[in-house]
Amino acid sequence: MGFKKKNRHVGIVGIGETKFSSHREDVNQPEMIHEAVKDALEDAGLTMDDIDCVVHGNMELFEMVHQPDLWHTLGTGARGKDAFRLTTGGTTGGTLVGAADNLVAAGMYDTVLAIGFEKLQEGHTTGGITNMADPLWARKLQSGALTDSAAVKAIAEFGPDRAKKAAMLYRIIMDKHACLNPNSHRAFGLDWDQMADLMENSPPLIGDLRLIHMCSQSDGACAMILSSEEKAKQQCDHPVWIRDHITIHREETLNLCVNHYPNETTHRFAARHLYERNGITDPLDYFDVFEMYDPSAWWGADWIRDFFLLEGDAHYRLIEEKEIMRGGKMPINPSGGVLAANPIGATAMVRVAEAAKQVRGNAGPHQIPGTVNHAIASSFGGTMWTILIMLEKELNW
Amino acid sequence: MKNSEESDSYIIHGKLALPYTYFAGRTGSTFLTTLRDQRIIMGVKCTACNRVFVPPRQTCERCMADIRSQWVTVESQGKVVNHTVIRYQDKHLPRKPPFVLAMILLNGADTPMTHILEGVNPDRVVKGMEVAAVFSPATTNTLLDIDHFEPVAEPP
Ligand SMILES: [Zn+2]
Repeated sequence: MGFKKKNRHVGIVGIGETKFSSHREDVNQPEMIHEAVKDALEDAGLTMDDIDCVVHGNMELFEMVHQPDLWHTLGTGARGKDAFRLTTGGTTGGTLVGAADNLVAAGMYDTVLAIGFEKLQEGHTTGGITNMADPLWARKLQSGALTDSAAVKAIAEFGPDRAKKAAMLYRIIMDKHACLNPNSHRAFGLDWDQMADLMENSPPLIGDLRLIHMCSQSDGACAMILSSEEKAKQQCDHPVWIRDHITIHREETLNLCVNHYPNETTHRFAARHLYERNGITDPLDYFDVFEMYDPSAWWGADWIRDFFLLEGDAHYRLIEEKEIMRGGKMPINPSGGVLAANPIGATAMVRVAEAAKQVRGNAGPHQIPGTVNHAIASSFGGTMWTILIMLEKELNW
Repeated sequence: MKNSEESDSYIIHGKLALPYTYFAGRTGSTFLTTLRDQRIIMGVKCTACNRVFVPPRQTCERCMADIRSQWVTVESQGKVVNHTVIRYQDKHLPRKPPFVLAMILLNGADTPMTHILEGVNPDRVVKGMEVAAVFSPATTNTLLDIDHFEPVAEPP
């Protein structure tokens, strides 16, 4: 892989998030985005005068708005600024942070504002996602945003009992985290004794994927301000440093040619390359927290193995021993993750934002105990796109 | 003779339904309900830069100021500041061509709004022309509760 070290260090100096919910009738799109932008500027103690460039993104076709970056200027503050619009699917929020990281690292801009948003209740998610499928081979034969591929794989490998329990345990752990996060869209207050009932009675969607396993459709926005090392140190007492990020897209959207399907998933490929080039031999030991883009409990449970380069059932043992809970060996999604809120164009950025807040130590009621020196956040796109973003408390690598 | 580049090439005809809703927000909603119920046109004033925005907005994007509560009523009469003539026909267009889309600066506003201008030969529209809103007889709960604008005096 062609890869060069960053030209200069980049720090996160401001973070803004709206509350996530199913409906935001009280605000239109630019008004909702403005809430996150204002929050990020206040967090950083900056004004729009300090911002050199704005990168803006969401899913294509979801709200049926063409070129939202232009008319959202009323909320983004991008008037007269250099600006980009990016859209890469579920990964969009991660792509926005990655692009801002690149723009600052390259020296193009000193301070970049990245904004991700979605108002899923205004659009038709499955209608939009249908466009992803190949018009010739797949468009008439697909299931929109829903799939049970991870369930099929897990049940084949570990048997239905263990696999279904692991997915439900994962789901309840995420809900317990979500209940602590004031920005959660969905926080049910689930408890362990509901597992059997939910495994049996939650409405079935596809195969063994049930409604309770799946993320929501949310409204909300996230904004982050990234600055060069020199600026970041002037603007902020404790910037969170973006050590590295990797963006990988190498799998087919649909598994058309089974024999050609790569054995190594995009997640594992991305993780392996990122850790190798940063000299990290034991990621489970190195990182203090992981914010994962987990669109369903089945995926979340399965992907732990790939992201931490684990073998066998090591990922299941982490779940079964509740080591992924706050206070555990590897807290995953103290925010509640994507199961707590999924405003898609913002979702992947929220993972980075939440990981960065954990590093700063001011995440709020869902701040995990202990010092967080090293954090990682993942992004996932429906076409098997993976972005991993590594955050550090200290500039010492 | 059949173009060999096109022979034996199958073309798929598809259609995607992409329904959507749009949340107008409280600021946009207030504009629409006062237009519908009181037949008045309202804007919001940014006290930092002293500009009145019509249609209204929650934030002055130049001052980054929250202006949502600073409502002012503007006149339903104003001046044409710019216009164009739509000369082609298509399903999405609100009138049969030729018709005029004009940017109209209402008295009391600092930003022009775009609307249909009727009652004047498209070739006789001039900058500075005084025009007034003609409200729609039945409500649509949209900006089209102003059906169109028309000149207040016979054009010269
Ligand atoms: Zn102003």
